[in-house]
Amino acid sequence: MSARVHLDHDHVRHLLRQMIRIRHFESKCVELYQAQKILGFLHLYDGEEAVSVGVMEALGADDAVIATYREHGQAIARGIGMDVLMAEMLGKQEGCCRGRGGSMHIFDKAARFYGGNAIVGGGLPLAVGVALGDKMQGRNTVTACFFGDGAVDEGEFHESMNLAALWRLPVLFVCENNLYAMGMALERAEAQTDIVAKAAGYRMPGVAIDGMDVVAVERAARDAVEQIRAGGGPQFLECRTYRFRAHSMFDAQLYRAKDEIEAWRKKGPIVRFEGWLLTNGLIREEEVRRIEAEADSEIDGAVAFAEAGTLEPVEELERFVTMAEVPA
Amino acid sequence: MSGPASTTYREACRQGLRDALLNDPKTFLMGEDIGRYGGCYAVTKGLIDEFGEERIRDTPLSESAYVGAGIGAALVGMRPIVEIMTVNFSLLALDQIVNNAATIPHMSGGQFAVPLVIRIATGGGRRVAAQHSHSLEGWYAHIPGLRILAPAVLEDARFMLAAALADPNPVLIFEHVMLYNIEGELDPAVAAVDIARAKVRREGGDVSLIAYGNGLTKALAAAETLAAEGIAAEVVDLRVLRPLDTPTLVASVAKTRRCVIVDEGWKSGSLAAEIGMRIAEQAFFDLDAPLRRVCGREVPMPYAAHLEDAALPQPADIVAAARGLVRPA
Repeated sequence: MSARVHLDHDHVRHLLRQMIRIRHFESKCVELYQAQKILGFLHLYDGEEAVSVGVMEALGADDAVIATYREHGQAIARGIGMDVLMAEMLGKQEGCCRGRGGSMHIFDKAARFYGGNAIVGGGLPLAVGVALGDKMQGRNTVTACFFGDGAVDEGEFHESMNLAALWRLPVLFVCENNLYAMGMALERAEAQTDIVAKAAGYRMPGVAIDGMDVVAVERAARDAVEQIRAGGGPQFLECRTYRFRAHSMFDAQLYRAKDEIEAWRKKGPIVRFEGWLLTNGLIREEEVRRIEAEADSEIDGAVAFAEAGTLEPVEELERFVTMAEVPA
Repeated sequence: MSGPASTTYREACRQGLRDALLNDPKTFLMGEDIGRYGGCYAVTKGLIDEFGEERIRDTPLSESAYVGAGIGAALVGMRPIVEIMTVNFSLLALDQIVNNAATIPHMSGGQFAVPLVIRIATGGGRRVAAQHSHSLEGWYAHIPGLRILAPAVLEDARFMLAAALADPNPVLIFEHVMLYNIEGELDPAVAAVDIARAKVRREGGDVSLIAYGNGLTKALAAAETLAAEGIAAEVVDLRVLRPLDTPTLVASVAKTRRCVIVDEGWKSGSLAAEIGMRIAEQAFFDLDAPLRRVCGREVPMPYAAHLEDAALPQPADIVAAARGLVRPA
């Protein structure tokens, strides 16, 4: 059985638009990084957009999301406003985390977005707990947990997979396998490179899918979420994808060949989906240009919002180290 | 309940847990062998029969996963109490405690709190050698965002948990393994304790003995010996290792003008060092003698009884340190 993805005009346009919004947002981030307005680490999602866009389509507003330090795509696809994201990148108090988190630590309570975790594997135990807490409170929700292929090296991956499967918790584990854990190639790090086989070791149903195909991701995610909501326990998706850019802004990419990157770029999620839509007459060229223009205009607005943002007074530095109460 | 009720530290801890489970349906327990086994120190014995497997959750041996799961559950409205068998094992969950529990409130700009309680057994004296006997609570006391408690008396064992659960922040409660069997009476008039202040457990004017956990027991024993020698020691129970109640410590030292700090942790980079420095910063001119520390010897805890005893602070060491300050040779 397979959940249907309705490829009507509105929906395909929406999928393309989401991927373009992420891609263009990050291009602007690179500019701002080069202008030294964004500092620290900046991990780009360029090439992996289909994964978060496809998975988010399967989630409802009550579901929860946990992501990694490469989470701009998840944040935008989840519906967090570009304005508060960009303000966060610029370290402004109008940012979603008041400038305390930055690029790697996006949190948004309204979106049930629980970070932005920059410890590889560190988000998986949290996802187990969010799912457990929701389940114990009778909420019929799903917690989507994104992580990379590097996380499967970590003990926290294995502990969390086991615990979620043992307690049949409503977690959708989404492995974004981009073949490199920073510079460490999958086959140099894993005795077993078949990641779905690891899920099977915990008797967790899982599939590997083409993570460059947004429709395939959405379909698989809808299938998985349907199973989870029916009480079937956790599910596992391995989305095979590729990171077109460097790991972070400090990476000379000595560990992979340029022609490998070029070959993957040709299979990119946007170029491929856009090409398919155009070929099949599902979208017109000028419509694509309009989507791009709208995304750029939204991004310009976000940058203006962020630039106009204010710096939190240094006197507030220690605020939120401890909380006076649990926020409502 | 009328007159004082006799109990043990272990039973006091268990009653605290029962209260928590009875008072709040969002509270549940999670940890290794806390259910069917009854808890490695038998603190949770019987709770699974009373509250069921949903709320007394036996976990696999996955400290990082179940501590992280406690954090996640706390983020979405539960009030989990997680038990870790011993502080040495807590290192397997250090990432979750330090990188998530302690950072998420601040890192999220105050969008989230982590109202999680973690109970951890700590300390030496049971002849269980170097991987079950250390006192690493001082490390946790280094971390902003955490509250660190060390109940040393029955009253605190009984009531600190309720206060910890009322705190919207992650609270680590360190129960010293040598205290579980101590017996005594609980004052029926006391139904709550604070988790903010240190407390003077014995008054005296000649020297302040600052201690926590099982060190308090030893400091009180030392004070008895000193009294017989005509030295009136004041014994201050730290109770809260973070944030430190510096005013209470400074007030005691300002009165006695001499201070010995007792800490089972290793001296280098210890909690005792922090306390000593605060007193030096804030009460230097009140001191009539140098600050002294009685700490754990800097060795992995040995198994053999005579070696372990030598590695741990003992009442005689505290007596000698205090005597040396009051009556220098």
